[in-house]
This record gives sequence, structure tokens and C-alpha cells, in this order.
Amino acid sequence: MENIKTDICIVGAGPVGLFAVFEAGLLKMHCHVVDALPAVGGQLTEIYPKKPIYDIPGYPEVLAGDLVKNLQKQIEPFHPTFTLGERVENLDKQEDGSFIVTTVAGTKIACKAVVIAGGLGSFEPRKPAIENLEDYEGKGVTYMVLDPEKYRDKRVVLAGGGDSALDWTIFLADVCKELTLVHRGTTFRGAPESAEKVAALAEEGKVNLMLKSNVTEVFGEDKLEAVNVHLESVVHHKVETDYFIPLFGLVPKLGPIDNWGLELEKNAIVVNTVDYSTNIPGVYAIGDINTYPGKLKLILCGFHEAALMAQSAYNIVYPDKKYVLKYTTVNGIQEI
Amino acid sequence: MEDAITIYVEQDNGERVPVEAPTDMGLSVMEILKASEYDIPAICGGMAICATCHVEVLESGELPEPSDDEAFMLESLPHATETSRLSCQLRVTPELDGLVVRLMPEA
Repeated sequence: MENIKTDICIVGAGPVGLFAVFEAGLLKMHCHVVDALPAVGGQLTEIYPKKPIYDIPGYPEVLAGDLVKNLQKQIEPFHPTFTLGERVENLDKQEDGSFIVTTVAGTKIACKAVVIAGGLGSFEPRKPAIENLEDYEGKGVTYMVLDPEKYRDKRVVLAGGGDSALDWTIFLADVCKELTLVHRGTTFRGAPESAEKVAALAEEGKVNLMLKSNVTEVFGEDKLEAVNVHLESVVHHKVETDYFIPLFGLVPKLGPIDNWGLELEKNAIVVNTVDYSTNIPGVYAIGDINTYPGKLKLILCGFHEAALMAQSAYNIVYPDKKYVLKYTTVNGIQEI
Repeated sequence: MEDAITIYVEQDNGERVPVEAPTDMGLSVMEILKASEYDIPAICGGMAICATCHVEVLESGELPEPSDDEAFMLESLPHATETSRLSCQLRVTPELDGLVVRLMPEA
């Protein structure tokens, strides 16, 4: 656990979050950037680092990964600090109007203003629509295999047809007492050698492979005891089990930000376009995560929003000083 | 409208509501649905990574095969059917005229 003190806590290290460091830095405001992903760049790093972007002013064409590198270089003089690989959990407003942002790992960031540049949100496991499923979370239902040893000599039902379902089936086959893989289709698109291995394990009787099937119900008194599997939506099988682990990939969600008391509209944060402030004074939202009439989800719009946010946040960080627009051509960049 | 086709969206009550779609603007079915105020999140904006524009194709002519990215995503979805598609990956072309889709529950 770490305690950090800064002027502005930026949630999200994508291009807009990084550029917000620049705009804040010009106004001598220090920033700390938090991201759930282990690297900076957000989608640009995680999803399409090798894709060219054509609508960044001044760059006829730039690879997403290169844009992130350039932004990192651009903000160097302002010495931002980072907490990466930790998702933000809580936002607590203090009596003096400042904030404490807490991450899932317990890192606390004390700051005068919060800028949410969360893009798509954070990637959370996709949950199948099964009634009461959430009631069993932590009581036999989980969406990630964190510690395989937990399943030694236990009965486990996995569901899914992607790479992670195949990989964990292969790994857990020798660990579990009884392992079932439920898959909606008849074939697997994942790595062919993995699919072959799973088929071989099924033949050896090490894996109970249920194809063309779906888990449709979960049962148990205080914890999970069994799941119901439908074969081609007709035949029902009750499979007794200690654990049910649906592995259906990840989907971007707002995550804990959802509970911060922010005004939302269709999974986006409503802002005032004067300064991209939210309904909570001192909290701003910029980039793909916000919404307002005429919103365009473009990196260049996020950059513009960062500049306007910074001049407004300046009044919070330096309440006694007057904001004056300074041109970098006149003043250059002053390291902070 | 010239250079336009009609796509139908089947509602919960079975009614098929037409949507006019221009074929000369390089749009995807997802973009047409969004522009017609259908409530699909399409969070990722068309990169086949979130599946929140998932539709089931009920009637169509020959459709282009899903790309590997789309096929992998469809494979991993809990509620996909044999004719599921990501609407962000379906380009609006003259061949799509008469397409009937049903919006699938948000992923």
C-alpha cells in the first residue's frame, strides 16, 4: 500500500489521460495517473498498437503505439507519476473539498481534483445470463482462474469455447477430481493443438466434454452444489460440482466508477462542455468516457477537452491565482 | 433513395421494422442501427472487441464470412447462435438489401 499526494489524479493512462498531464503541466499542476492495465496507452497499446491513425492533426499517419510513445515524451518535463495495473475503486471527498482515490490494491492518492479519462472503462469478465448466477459469486462461481491449486481434487465445471477455456481445461485436467467443459458449439476456434489436446483428454476420460450445450441453471443451499446443462436446449443434465467457472472473455465496463455518484447516460459520464466538469465539483471527465450533446469519440476531441479541463482545474488547485493563457511558442516548456 | 437498401429489425413482438441504409457512405450495420436510435452500446466503436453490437441474422442473402477477429469473438459469446454476427463488421452494401436482424441481449 502506497500513499501519494498530488494536484490532479488522472484515472486512465490512454492518449487523453496522458495529454491531460501535458495541459496540467503547462499550468504547473502535478499529476498522478492510475490505470488498471499494466502499461500506458489504453486501447492504443492494448488493442491496436500497430494500427495507423489518420486523424491526429499534424500527423498524416501515425501508428497508435508511436502516438503513445510521443505523448510519453511530450509529458516528460512534467514528471508525472503512475500507478499501473491497479483499477480505481473508491472516490472519497474530504471535508476540505479535496479527494482520496483508492485503488483495488489499496493505494491511496490524495488530490485536489480528479480527471476521469477512462475511455471504454475497464475490461471485466463477460457473464452469461443465468438466473441467480451472481448470488453464487465467491460461493463456487468465479470468472477467472487465479490460483489453480484452489481446485485440486475438487469438481469443476468450465464453460466457454475460446482460448482461455481450452487452456484451463488442459491445465486443470490433472488438478481436479472431476472436470467438465461445457461448450455451445461443436468445434473450437482456438489454437488447433489445444483443441486436439482437449479432445484427447475427453477420450481418456479425464475431461467430461459437453458440446452443443449451455449451462442454464445453478443450484445450491449456501454454496454452489450443481449446475444444469442443456444439450441442444432439449436434454437436461444435472452436473454436481464445487465450482462453476464461465470463461467468456472480457467486455469493457465502467466498473466501480459506476458507484461514484456521477450522473450517467448510457454508460457515459455527463459533463458540462464549459470545462468538462461532472456533477461532482472537482471531478472532470474527458475523452471517450464522457457524453454531451454533439459528442464525438475522437482522440482529437479528447485533447481539446483536456485543455479546457486544465484551465478549470487550475482554479481549484490554485484558488488564489488568476489563470492566464500562455502560449508554448512564447514561454516554451517549463519543467515542474 | 438511390444507393440505399432496406434492413429490417425484428422487434420483441415479431414486427419487422424497416431501416433505410445508404450504401455509398461506407457505413456498418451497427452505425445504421445506432443512427436509427436503436439502443445498442457498441462500446468499442467497431473494432470487434466488445460484442455489444451483437445481432442474430434471421434472413439474408449471401453474407461475407466473418473475419478471424469477429469469428473468435462470436465463438466466445455465451448467447451466440449459428447466425450471430457483430453488426459493426457488416458493411452496408447492395447485397445486404432485405437483411433481417434481431438485436441480441447486451453482452
